[in-house]
Amino acid sequence: MTDRKDYISREKFMAELWRYKKGSVTRRHFLGVTGLGAATAVLGSAMPGLRSSAWAQGGIGDRVVLATWPNYHDPANFEAFTAATGAAVDMNVFGSNEEMLAKLQAGGSGWDVFVPTNYAVTTYVDEGLIEPLDVTRIPNYDAATFEQRFAGAGTVDGTVYGVPKNWGTTGFAVNTAQLGGLAKPTTWKEFWDITMAEFSGRTMVHDYQLTTIGNALKYYGYSFNSVDPNELADAEKLLIEAKPHLFAINSDYQPSMRSGDAWMTVCWSGDGKQMNRDMPEIEYILGKEGGELWSDFYAIPKGAPHMDAAYALINFLLDPAVNAKESLFHGYPVADSRVNALLPPEVLNDPILYPAAELLDALEFGAAVTLTDPNRAELMARFKSA
Amino acid sequence: MRQRLRTTLLLAPATVWLLAMLVLPLVVVVVFSFGARAPAGGYSPAFTLENFANLGTRWAAFENTLMLAPAGTALCLLIAYPLAYYLAIKADPKLRTLLLILVIVPFWTSILIRSYAWIYLLGGQGIPKLFATLGLGSPRLINTPFAVLAGIVYGYLPLMVFPIFVSLERLDKRLLEASADLGSPPWRSFLQVTLPLSMPGVATGCMLVFILLMGEFLIPAMLGGGKVFFVGNALVDLFLQSRNWPFGAAVAVALVVVMLVTVTLYMRLTRRWAGARDEVSLM
Repeated sequence: MTDRKDYISREKFMAELWRYKKGSVTRRHFLGVTGLGAATAVLGSAMPGLRSSAWAQGGIGDRVVLATWPNYHDPANFEAFTAATGAAVDMNVFGSNEEMLAKLQAGGSGWDVFVPTNYAVTTYVDEGLIEPLDVTRIPNYDAATFEQRFAGAGTVDGTVYGVPKNWGTTGFAVNTAQLGGLAKPTTWKEFWDITMAEFSGRTMVHDYQLTTIGNALKYYGYSFNSVDPNELADAEKLLIEAKPHLFAINSDYQPSMRSGDAWMTVCWSGDGKQMNRDMPEIEYILGKEGGELWSDFYAIPKGAPHMDAAYALINFLLDPAVNAKESLFHGYPVADSRVNALLPPEVLNDPILYPAAELLDALEFGAAVTLTDPNRAELMARFKSA
Repeated sequence: MRQRLRTTLLLAPATVWLLAMLVLPLVVVVVFSFGARAPAGGYSPAFTLENFANLGTRWAAFENTLMLAPAGTALCLLIAYPLAYYLAIKADPKLRTLLLILVIVPFWTSILIRSYAWIYLLGGQGIPKLFATLGLGSPRLINTPFAVLAGIVYGYLPLMVFPIFVSLERLDKRLLEASADLGSPPWRSFLQVTLPLSMPGVATGCMLVFILLMGEFLIPAMLGGGKVFFVGNALVDLFLQSRNWPFGAAVAVALVVVMLVTVTLYMRLTRRWAGARDEVSLM
């Protein structure tokens, strides 16, 4: 027992209150003996508005706004960032690059950091929506340790606009327990054929033009990135034909796959890994014809309101130890050799996350033109409203 | 003179608000609807009728909206009227406040969260599983027009209950006594006295629900799985995905026109109906 009082009885509290009201004791004595002083201090420090001024003097402000993707960060890392800097991370989650671009084009997004995918970066540069990065302010970014294949798209005409976050593939996930006598599908052709036959009413596709149109194009063996009007017309025909057989058009497919409502879905590798870990019957497959290989970047939008906090957050997340924790949390690989050195070998040998070289070679990075091509955008919108 | 000044001053906030928040945006929407899509999306000035010529490609969305909005309104009415009748006339006055609060309680939680709850209720592990356990088969509920309709009725029911409740509560009970004294059985008193006198509430409730449903996008997006598509969803897509602001503006203008036509027709009908019984006036 120490002599420090952690609590005060009701009777004692009322007695002290009367003493204070009568003027027998000072305010300081009253607050101290009742514990209200400490409570006020704690409550006060929890109020961001009260705390900001203290941090702003020598710090980076009290918050940083991040626009990113679902299931893509370890909340514990954000807590550590806030504890270290005083800036709370305010996270907005998006479903497609189109949606992110639309928000920035409309203006006044208030974002400090956002996470564009490789093929979107040049459009942001052309539209003047992205800030060139001062890499000296991101000491944890070491260009030499990043694999160029996944880091390259962040640099446009020699200027660095984005530093690499994670990379992955887009294939499909199938609940093999529902296949019955069917052979496991291995191609996009089989994906769509099964969707319109045995799996009718059980398949999901992304609410995202790049992957949904891209993988419909793959049915015919066309490029994932095609903007050829005739090839797009073929893809549209397939999509419209398949639509009545779909379970849903939604980029948030994990809940339906896990509940057994959906049996097959277009799928990003990290989601495939997360589902496979919990339900081994859900397997992740890369279509033999190819599909998407992608890489995401941390970037800063033009006019970010908390520029110092933006640099601090990017630098913090690129710390190899932090980045490794992120990767273990969400499953997506990092193209940084310093991070790989920290990851356990079974992760680095995982066939879902690190596909064999010959499978990777068949994949294509998304092309910038797909983001701005009016025909692809309108095709997706028509497919959804059909 | 002073009175005019006072009137002007009192009306100024509303006028400024309406000009800035309704008239000006509408003008922008109309101007944009004749424009062209900028290369990377957005708006670039032009004068073309192409956006209106393309409206046909969104016919399915208009069709869905024009089918499901009236159907949802009618279902709400069918369920809300007996409920409002019970609350206003039959319920124990001591319990009435509690029951009314129970009708509002769902509004205390965001519609987004409640819709998520419906996803699980209607999904394979929810009601269909219950059916299967009872040996009634496992019907597909989620991502169907039925699911959207259920969500709509659930979400909008209180908006229908309250106007009807108010009009029934104000009903002069002596009129029912008079009707009974003159030899009407209860069902005829209901049809000839209660129902006509509650029509203002019915008209208001239907209007409220119908207008809001015409612009609905959240419930179809969540319970329709992107397969049951309203005009609201088409608009969200055009502005937030394909970034075709001019075409989006044209669809918005078309929706406003469709609303104006249906609401005007509806008001004409209810007014004519009310005119036939001159004691009833539209709220």
